[in-house]
Amino acid sequence: MHHLDIAGLDAHYGKMPVLSGIDLTVGRGDIIGLIGPSGSGKSTILRVLMGLLPPSGGTVKLDDEPVNHADRAALRRLRDRIAIVFQQYNLFQNMTVLENVTIAPVKIKKRPRAEVEAEARALLAKVGLGDKLARYPDELSGGQQQRVAIARALALKPEILLLDEVTAALDPELVSEVLDTIRVLAREGMTMLIVSHEMAFIREVASKVVFMADGRVVETGSPAQIFDAPQHQRTRDFVSKILRH
Amino acid sequence: MLSQIIEEWPRFATYYNLVFIAKAALTTLALSALGCVVGSLLGLALAVTRLTHGPALLPLRLLAIGFTELFRRVPFLVTLMLCFFAFQATGADVPLFVVAAVTVTLIAGAFLGEIVRGGLNAVHRNQWEAAAAMNFSLTETIRYVALPQAWRLILPPAFGFFVMFIKDTALASQIGVVELTFVGKVLNNKGFSAALSFGAILIVYFAISYPLARFGARLEARLASPRHRGA
Repeated sequence: MHHLDIAGLDAHYGKMPVLSGIDLTVGRGDIIGLIGPSGSGKSTILRVLMGLLPPSGGTVKLDDEPVNHADRAALRRLRDRIAIVFQQYNLFQNMTVLENVTIAPVKIKKRPRAEVEAEARALLAKVGLGDKLARYPDELSGGQQQRVAIARALALKPEILLLDEVTAALDPELVSEVLDTIRVLAREGMTMLIVSHEMAFIREVASKVVFMADGRVVETGSPAQIFDAPQHQRTRDFVSKILRH
Repeated sequence: MLSQIIEEWPRFATYYNLVFIAKAALTTLALSALGCVVGSLLGLALAVTRLTHGPALLPLRLLAIGFTELFRRVPFLVTLMLCFFAFQATGADVPLFVVAAVTVTLIAGAFLGEIVRGGLNAVHRNQWEAAAAMNFSLTETIRYVALPQAWRLILPPAFGFFVMFIKDTALASQIGVVELTFVGKVLNNKGFSAALSFGAILIVYFAISYPLARFGARLEARLASPRHRGA
């Protein structure tokens, strides 16, 4: 049984197609690396999965259960199980670090505050921010904010974590602290879909790499297949350009 | 003019006249407060309605848009007359104060609705998306995330509107509500000079609106810090 099964997924921005016939299967504990040029639709897959952009065709199955993104109750159940970390962190500017992490479990999932706060403290300590609980997002560096965003997503206890170019907005010296956090999650067996331009990192952590271009999946394979022996010309061009940098 | 006022003063400052002015001040204050408080709640409801999506709530959305556009475009005095005759047509014996109170609430709701909507729209899209991805409903997003960030954008124009609005309630005198402007005219008609009659009224208007403007300025200063803490 696949944890997540995407078949023939289409999506449009207005009339412009941004995803065409995406097929992707994700096993439990898989780490999928989504790579490809800008505008190829990598981030759009994550947005469609989260219901932030309605799909215009295709199916998404979670543990073999089809998900209807237009059905609010179904979308709620899906968002209970999948969490996303955004490229721009999207931390709530009016809340402290601790509040950012606890608000959804306490106010939306209605879990006891004391229990949630204890977990949040532990999560924030795990991402190295145990001393920043009372700070506001604009008092933190980009790397710190992104780690808060990861802790916030983990506090929801998701089965699947979507990471949307989480290092793209960071200064180079801050990238490694975020990647280290993701490595820990990978070791713990979290199912993840990672959109990233950090090719060395994708190669290291991904169990499967998906190369996309123009809203389509061009090629899927193990990191070794995609990076060392790509089958398609588009993939070869992309990989050779990336590796030359 | 000053000597005239001094000469008039003993006749003017009678117990009866002062109570007359005080009662009128209370009426003006009540109309303003109703307009501001109920109008703010109505405005918030209108703004939230306009932020909904999906076909189910489309009629409600259209109603909110129609309401806002209508009452923002029609002059205050015309709305007042419309309400006046609408109540008259129902045949119900409604006090003039109620007619005026309903009018000011409708108008304040329409204007404040747009002020609130502008503030909420200025909250960055990524805040709404983060909340949606974590299963916040629209009202939960507005309550916990959007409004706390929008206050500092909403309050300055809202207080500007409140102060302007206190002066606008003077139009209620046109249907015979005994508020400050009405009393000014009555005193003037009783033979007191315009300088004294309207001068007294002017001072009362100032006494009502100045503290409100100061309060607004203080709130703004508190919210002007780069961070906008808490709800």
